[in-house]
Amino acid sequence: MELLSFGDTGWGDELFKATFMTILVALVAFFFGFLISIFIVPLKLSNKKLLNYLGNTYTTIFRGVPELLVIYLLFFGGSSAVMFVAKIFGYKEFIEINAFLTGSISIGLISGAYTTEVLRGAIESINKGQFEGAKSLGLKKTTYYVFVIAPQVLRLSIPNLSNVWQLTLKDTALISVTGLVEIMRQSYIASGVTRNPLLFYSFAAFLYLILTTISLKYFNQLEKKYNHQP
Amino acid sequence: MKPLIDNFPDLLKSALLTLELTIFSILIGLLIGLIFSLMRISKIKILYFFSYYYSFVFRGTPLFVQIFIIYFGLAQLEFIRDSILWAVLKKPYWCAIIAFALNTGAYTSEIFRSGFEKIDKNLVEAANSLGLSNLKTFLTITLPIAIKRSLPAYGNEMILMLKGTSLASTVTLLDLTGTAKYIISTHFNPVEVFIFVGSIYLFFTFLIHTFIKYLERKFRYY
Amino acid sequence: MKQLKQTLITLLTLFFLSASNLYSDNVKIGTEGAYPPWNAKDASGKLVGFEVDLAMELCKIMKHNCTLVEQDWDGMIPALQSGKFDAIMAGMSITDERKQKINFSQGYADEVASFAVLKGSNIKPKTPKSISLSDIDSNDQKTLAALKDAFEGKIVGVQSGTIHQNFLKSGLIGKVNVWTYKTQDEVNLDLASGRIDAGLAAAVAFEDYNAKAGSKLKLVGPTFSGGTFGNGVGVGIRKADSGLLSDFNSAIDTARQKGIIKKLAIKHFGFDASM
Repeated sequence: MELLSFGDTGWGDELFKATFMTILVALVAFFFGFLISIFIVPLKLSNKKLLNYLGNTYTTIFRGVPELLVIYLLFFGGSSAVMFVAKIFGYKEFIEINAFLTGSISIGLISGAYTTEVLRGAIESINKGQFEGAKSLGLKKTTYYVFVIAPQVLRLSIPNLSNVWQLTLKDTALISVTGLVEIMRQSYIASGVTRNPLLFYSFAAFLYLILTTISLKYFNQLEKKYNHQP
Repeated sequence: MKPLIDNFPDLLKSALLTLELTIFSILIGLLIGLIFSLMRISKIKILYFFSYYYSFVFRGTPLFVQIFIIYFGLAQLEFIRDSILWAVLKKPYWCAIIAFALNTGAYTSEIFRSGFEKIDKNLVEAANSLGLSNLKTFLTITLPIAIKRSLPAYGNEMILMLKGTSLASTVTLLDLTGTAKYIISTHFNPVEVFIFVGSIYLFFTFLIHTFIKYLERKFRYY
Repeated sequence: MKQLKQTLITLLTLFFLSASNLYSDNVKIGTEGAYPPWNAKDASGKLVGFEVDLAMELCKIMKHNCTLVEQDWDGMIPALQSGKFDAIMAGMSITDERKQKINFSQGYADEVASFAVLKGSNIKPKTPKSISLSDIDSNDQKTLAALKDAFEGKIVGVQSGTIHQNFLKSGLIGKVNVWTYKTQDEVNLDLASGRIDAGLAAAVAFEDYNAKAGSKLKLVGPTFSGGTFGNGVGVGIRKADSGLLSDFNSAIDTARQKGIIKKLAIKHFGFDASM
């Protein structure tokens, strides 16, 4: 138990900090993914074949290729890619893409692909008659989408977004291979130093279980709050 | 392109390993999922709770942690190393399959559970009144309907498992992702490796899609 | 819509600015933090070890501001080349293969490699105490043949991307079943559990493990140097940075003359490994 204590002899404080890093990187990735999906969903719903194709390519790749492979792509190629772009603009100093950015971007890209599918499904399930109604009221298209469709879509998507969040939260464990000190990485370091992997990985599992349970409760409350009238 | 061509035999071998890990894990996970979903709908409390907490723990934690507990964690215990289990747990291959199967089994059990729960009670009663035994009703009516309803979600789970096998590379196995990483870190060519290896994964995803479509057609009368 | 665009552009700019990290007088030194006693981490998460202490001493002599940057072994050379840090001090042996990609300072410490097995293992090759692969004579051939017999078909664990992996892959001791790991810690864990038959790494890495974990392992066979094992451990520096290279070279000279390297080596290795 001393190994899990706070202070210089134990790993408690490190793991505590690492838990916050996990939460932070998961939140950033999830919202980054959400932001991406706002741009991709219209592509997927568009009547234009080319746009459709672009949207589908994105979701197919990031839902079909392992997370680790995406992380390695950005980990080993991220800095050079950004440098390449920066050089075009005449910027020559080194730009570091640190582990936090690599992690949140790669997990965010994946999270975004799932979020896109969730939102698309929700929009398609909304009654088309509403659109006619809005038109006859003389609402502009943007107004209609922001004030009429978006709230309904969000409400309908809560259960599935909850799943995407859980997936994203668990995917953050994979970022540990880039050196970002979150729960998994800290447990890896601690078990290396103390030669006690069973204790530290079990404790890591326990921490993840707490995080997933709390977020599930939160999403359930959200759903109850907004979906009480069917 | 040269590193990819030089390593082509290794890539081919690792693609087969990925396929093998996926198929084994899915088959064992299917069995686990089926058994645990039945425990979940059973009226025996202890079976229910066991199944509930199994699924809770394995779905609530990352697969990465699970595979490390099984590979590095269990190896730490002397009584495991002295037991007959060690013959299996000694091998990274089996550690990976055990972790994957237990993980996908938990998700599969949830998918089937909701498939069973949605079945109309009247249908079962009607079958009983026609003189079908409980077992026969289950095998010819309840199970096929549950399977049919579970197919889309199960297809997604199979793809998640395919992607999950990439974690085999963290326990010394050279699967597709492991080989890809080896090539990237020696030749520093992440983009071309990503495109090449990514395409192989996408091809496997496509195979799973096609298989699910085929099953959906087979079960269309239920 | 216009406002949205504006916000997005601002956000993107901020994102790139926060991601940028400008050079300064500050020299960043990359180390792994997982290869004790060369470099490791303690329970408070601080980097410790021979190279951590030595880096600070060398920086004092060079009058540079230095920061240590943690980097996993598998991305060490790419990270140096992409500019994440300016020098590598991570128990990296000076080899011809690596010299094609980066420059090395003069060696600051000697490293010999050795096989290790679990105590009570039946792998007991009869060999001389050491072997140099720089030029292989008939005696060395005999040693290699003895190793070939002892390790044929055995599982040997190594950290990936190391001279130890390269040696086993070179085929000098025949067909060995090589398992690769991300860190030396993992090699030690699997060696101690009996999952692998032997490990190959720096002799001091196994001795350090024995000191901490209660002498579970035993070194067998000769200690290796030269050839694929390179010649000592040095500071890795980008080919373009000739100024920094000569700074490090003269700082190592000074540290050696003052006996600093020797003192630190005895503190961390238990013997004088300076060179």
